[in-house]
Amino acid sequence: MSATPQLSPIAKMERRTLIDLIESGKRLDGRSPFDYRPIKVRTGIIEKANGSSFVELGKTKVMVGVKVELGEPFEDTPDQGVLTVNVELVPLASPTFEPGPPNENAIELARVVDRGLRESEAIGLGELCLIPGKKVQVIFIDIYVLDYDGNLIDSSALASLAALLTSRVPKYTVKGEDKIEAKGEDAPLPIKNYPIAVTAAKIGGSVILDPSYEEEQVMDARLTITVDKDDKICAAQKGGLGTFHPSEVDSIIDRAISKSSELRSKLLEAVKAGES
Amino acid sequence: MPRSIQNKSDRLIGKDGIRVDGRRLDELRPIKMEVGILDKADGSAYIEQGKNKIMVAVFGPREAHPKHVALTDRAVLRCRYHMAPFSTEERRSPAPSRRDMELSKVIREALEPAVISQLYPRTTIDVFAEILQSDGGTRCASITAASLALADAGIPMRDMVAACAVGKVDGEIVLDPCDIEDKNGEADLPVAIMPNLGMITLLQMDGKLSKEEFERGLNMAIKACVEIHGRQREALKNKYLEIERSMEEYGGEEQ
Repeated sequence: MSATPQLSPIAKMERRTLIDLIESGKRLDGRSPFDYRPIKVRTGIIEKANGSSFVELGKTKVMVGVKVELGEPFEDTPDQGVLTVNVELVPLASPTFEPGPPNENAIELARVVDRGLRESEAIGLGELCLIPGKKVQVIFIDIYVLDYDGNLIDSSALASLAALLTSRVPKYTVKGEDKIEAKGEDAPLPIKNYPIAVTAAKIGGSVILDPSYEEEQVMDARLTITVDKDDKICAAQKGGLGTFHPSEVDSIIDRAISKSSELRSKLLEAVKAGES
Repeated sequence: MPRSIQNKSDRLIGKDGIRVDGRRLDELRPIKMEVGILDKADGSAYIEQGKNKIMVAVFGPREAHPKHVALTDRAVLRCRYHMAPFSTEERRSPAPSRRDMELSKVIREALEPAVISQLYPRTTIDVFAEILQSDGGTRCASITAASLALADAGIPMRDMVAACAVGKVDGEIVLDPCDIEDKNGEADLPVAIMPNLGMITLLQMDGKLSKEEFERGLNMAIKACVEIHGRQREALKNKYLEIERSMEEYGGEEQ
């Protein structure tokens, strides 16, 4: 069952000050309304994973590990590999995170990242099929939130893409009806698209991008728009207790499209720099 | 039985712009709403939209239990979206899935802006939606019915929330996709609004849409929500007309 969350009491006291500040076009950390915090991307940090990344968005820290295993395809997609996204809101990341099975926030976060990757067809899942209906490669994306200072959706989506882009998976040869053999070599994952999530928060009468933790505590609502490399929208998700006017949605879409291409170049550049 | 889609070349929209179930692109499925159908709930509603059959019960405002879930300045709104094991083609486990958990959250967040929860501090308002049969667009139909159940429970609201999805099928933007269209479509865009305030309370999308298609779809959904809102008001009124009628009958007997 989903219940109204408790807001932190400090946020209640600082609420008015913070809202006034944002309505005057300023932010606590000196950013402009549509600026992102500095983004740092590192890849290949977990040797035992097929791919990994560590992304910092301001003080938010997210680690992603990609593991690839052999498994069976879903019945309705016998010739496609399988993609699974999971989020752990690790208790290290915030005094409000508790150990235990994923709660609704973790599940929503995982499903929004999943939709962006799946609907943009970021991974060529057809190329991960070894024996149709029997053997495919299964990609596990495990998102580890290590320090929570707001905007987990965008940072998790960036980290997932960075980890996928640097993943290496074993190659197999199919021998006979249902036998496969490892070739002893590996190859990069077939990455076909680069979806980028852009999250806007509505605070008072203003809209900002990349909300920090404090801003998330006072926001009315958030809207995430995930944009693919061709400027097509491949996922959207509204969250929070408040509402959006249709005209606000339109302007957030415009912002998301232009911001996503900026973030995409930054990410691809960082991944490239890490590889060389 | 619905027509099954064997391969991608099977089109779901005819050359005349008529859909698998005979609807036009911007046509809603037949909708039936009923209010106050359950005896023990404080408020309840039933909705049929196409083959969707959904029952919603509201309990509260009632004392928060356990007490620590209470908030001191408002009521806690709690929502559960749940699909019956027999509601789909293949039996589904009654245990809540990850999808159910996400939908419970977005349904709650779609209703929160409407409920004037500050009037009932330290209480909970519980909304239970049971999908008895699913035919695509269950989260939207659940929201539509949940608003009716909240109104039936006498809970003050800023507006009734009305919801409807649009999809993209065979390259066309279509209103209120049914199961086959939903499963074989290229995009799904569920929307909920408070029509009197003109504000969006639920917005999700998956699939692939250009900016132009997204905005056209959003407008189509908003228009449909306004129509559904009219039907909600009618359903709510009907309950009281019936009570009035039975009161008259009762009164007649007494004299």
